[in-house]
Amino acid sequence: MFEIFGIPSQALFGQLLIGLINGSFYALLSLGLAVIFGMLNIINFSHGAQYMLGAFAAYFLLQVAGLNYWVALVVAPIAVGFTGVVIERLFLQWLYKLDHLYGLLLTFGLALIIEGVFRNYFGSSGLPYRVPDALQGGQNLGFMFLPNYRAWVIVFSVVVCFATWFLIERTRLGANLRAATENPTLVRAFGINVPRMITLTYGFGVGLAALAGVMAAPIYNVSPQMGSDLIIIVFAVVVIGGMGSIMGAILTGFGLGVIEGLTKVFFPEASNTVIFVIMAIVLLIRPSGLFGRGT
Amino acid sequence: MKRIIGLATLAVAIGCGTAQAQYSDGVIKIGVMNDMSGTYADLTGPGSVVAAQMAVEDFGAAAKGLKVEIVGADHQNKPDIGSNVVRSWIDTDKVDVIVDVPTSSVALAVNEIVREKNKVFLISGAAASNLTGDKCSPNTVHWTYDTWALANGTGNAIVKTGGKNWFFLTADYAFGHALERDTAAVVEKNGGKVMGKVRHPFPATDFSSFLLQAQASKAQIIGLANAGADTTNAIKQAAEFGIVKGGQSLAALLIFISDVKALGLPTAQGLVFTEAWYWDLNDANRDFAKRFAPRNKGIHPSMIHAGVYSAVTHYLKAVTELKSDADGKAVVAKMKATPTDDKLFGKGTIRADGRKIHPMYLFEVKKPEESKGPWDLYKLRATIPANEAFRPIGEGKCPLVSG
Repeated sequence: MFEIFGIPSQALFGQLLIGLINGSFYALLSLGLAVIFGMLNIINFSHGAQYMLGAFAAYFLLQVAGLNYWVALVVAPIAVGFTGVVIERLFLQWLYKLDHLYGLLLTFGLALIIEGVFRNYFGSSGLPYRVPDALQGGQNLGFMFLPNYRAWVIVFSVVVCFATWFLIERTRLGANLRAATENPTLVRAFGINVPRMITLTYGFGVGLAALAGVMAAPIYNVSPQMGSDLIIIVFAVVVIGGMGSIMGAILTGFGLGVIEGLTKVFFPEASNTVIFVIMAIVLLIRPSGLFGRGT
Repeated sequence: MKRIIGLATLAVAIGCGTAQAQYSDGVIKIGVMNDMSGTYADLTGPGSVVAAQMAVEDFGAAAKGLKVEIVGADHQNKPDIGSNVVRSWIDTDKVDVIVDVPTSSVALAVNEIVREKNKVFLISGAAASNLTGDKCSPNTVHWTYDTWALANGTGNAIVKTGGKNWFFLTADYAFGHALERDTAAVVEKNGGKVMGKVRHPFPATDFSSFLLQAQASKAQIIGLANAGADTTNAIKQAAEFGIVKGGQSLAALLIFISDVKALGLPTAQGLVFTEAWYWDLNDANRDFAKRFAPRNKGIHPSMIHAGVYSAVTHYLKAVTELKSDADGKAVVAKMKATPTDDKLFGKGTIRADGRKIHPMYLFEVKKPEESKGPWDLYKLRATIPANEAFRPIGEGKCPLVSG
C-alpha cells in the first residue's frame, strides 16, 4: 500500500468514490437548474424546495398508499413535476420578458413558503425512510465498504444525466426546444406549440429535482430544510459549469463532488467553502463559467 | 436577513395598575430566542415559547397581579443575528430576561451582551460548559445540561464497559469543540485513548467521508460530538456503511427525544446517552407532556423545553420576592440564594458559577418491540446523583468563584 500526501491510497480511493456519490446529487440537481435556465431563462430558486417535495412524496407514497421506493421513483417526479407545470402556468409564464431578478424573487418566495408549510406540519427533525430491501447491504471493495444503495445512486444518476443531455442536444424534440428559446416566433410559424413546450420543460426540470429528492430520501432524513442546505452549493456548481450548459452542469457536478470529497480528507473544516472558493476563481478567469457559451 | 418573528406576543395577565409600579415599565418581558426554523427547531423552537407560556400560567402570574409578556425570535444559529435580536430586544423592546438560546456560539455572544446590559440570561438550549467556566457571568444561569455533564454521563458509562479507544466526529463550532474536549478528558482520565478526530462543518448533510475516516482509525468507539440533524444523519449513514456491523460502536454524546423519533427505533435502538429530563419518568412529567404536546403540534417536550419551564418558574419566584426585575445581577443573586423547587426538576440549587444542579439520567433507546406508543422511546439505565452530575465548581476556572 502506498501513500499520497500522507494519506493511505486505500482511504483516498474510498474518498474519491464518495465524492462521486455526492457529485451525482449535485449533477442531478444542477442539471435541472441548467435545463430550466437554458430553456426558460428563469433562475429557479425553488429547486431545493422541489427536491424536498420529491423526498416527501416518496415518504407519503410509502406511508399512506403503501407504494414502495421503485414506484416512488416514477410517481414522485411526475407528481412534483405536475406542481411545477401549475406554477409555470400560474406565475412564471408572465415573467419571461422581465429581468431575471423577478423570476428569482418569485421562486425564492415560493421556496420559503413551501418549506415553511412543511416545517409547520412535519417539524424540523425529519422523517425516517428505509433503504429498499433489494438494495440493502453492501459490497466490500477491498479499499472500502460500498453500500449497494450508494452504488445504485451513482449508476442511476449517470444514466439520467446523459439521457437528459441526449434528449436536449441530440434529438429532434431537443432541437425544437433549443430553437424555441432562440427564436420563439419563428418556431411558432412552423406549427409548434411553444408555450406548451416551455411549460413541459419546466415541469421536466422540476421532476428532475424531485427525482434527486426520492434518491436522497433513504440516505438523509426527509426533512423540510433538506433542500435549502443543498441549493446554495448547487447554484455554485451551475455558475462554475456555466449557466444553461447541460453538459457543463453534469461534469462540474461530478467534478466538484470529488473535489469536495478530497477536501474532507485533507482539510475537513474547509469542505463547505471549497466550492465557493473555486467559484470565485472561475468567475475571475472565465466569467461565463467553464462550459459557458460566453457573453 | 433579519427575521424577527413576533411569534407569540402574549399578554398573559392584565394586572391592576398600582401593583406593578416596581417592575421596569410595569411589565416583566421574557424573550425566548432559539432556532425556530432550522436543524434544532423541534428540540427548542416554538416548543420553548409554549413551555415559557405554561410556566407563566402555572405560576399564576395573573392572580398575583403580575403582568408578564413573552416574545419569541429566530436566531438561525448565527451569532450575529442572535446578537442583533438581543440588543434590539433589550434597548428598544425592554425585554428583561433572555431564555433558551441553543447553539453555543450564539449563547456565548448573548452571554456578553446580557452581562453588559445587566439583564438576566437563562440558558436551557446551549451546551458549552464554558458558560459556567471561563466565560461565566453574574447575569447567567445555565439550567438544563452542559457538555461536561454529557461527557461525564455517557463517556464514563462507555469507557467503564470497555470502550477505551475513541475517534471523534465533531461539529466545527463552540459546542462541538467543548463537547469533544470534555469527553476526551473523561476518556483519558479513565485510562482510555483518543485515536483521532475530524471536524465537520455545521450543519452538514453527508457524513460518509468523515465516517470512512473514523472507520479507518480502527477506534472502538466513534463519539458524535454534534447535535440535531447532524447526529441523526451520522447515525443513519454509519448504519448504511456497516460501521456498527464492523465492530465499532457509536456514542451519541448529545441526542434528544425528537432525534430518536426521527431516526426510528429500528435504527436508534440500544443507543446509550445522557439527558436531564424525560417525559415518562414520573407522574408530574407525564402530566406536563400531556398538557404540552397538544400546544406544540403533538411534539412531546424535550429536556430543553422542560428546562425553559423550570427556569422561568424560578425566575418569576425570584422577581416576585424582590418585587423588581430592574437589576439583572440582583435577580440572579436572588435566584442563587433561593433553592429551586418545581414540578419538573424537583428540588435543586444554583451554584455561584451559575450552574443549576440536579440529577442527570443515563437512558437507553428501547427496542421496537418494547415501545408501547410513538413517544415511548427511552428506558432508564442509571441515575447520576446531583452531586456527581456536574463539573466540580473548582475545576471550571470561573472568575466568580473565589479561591
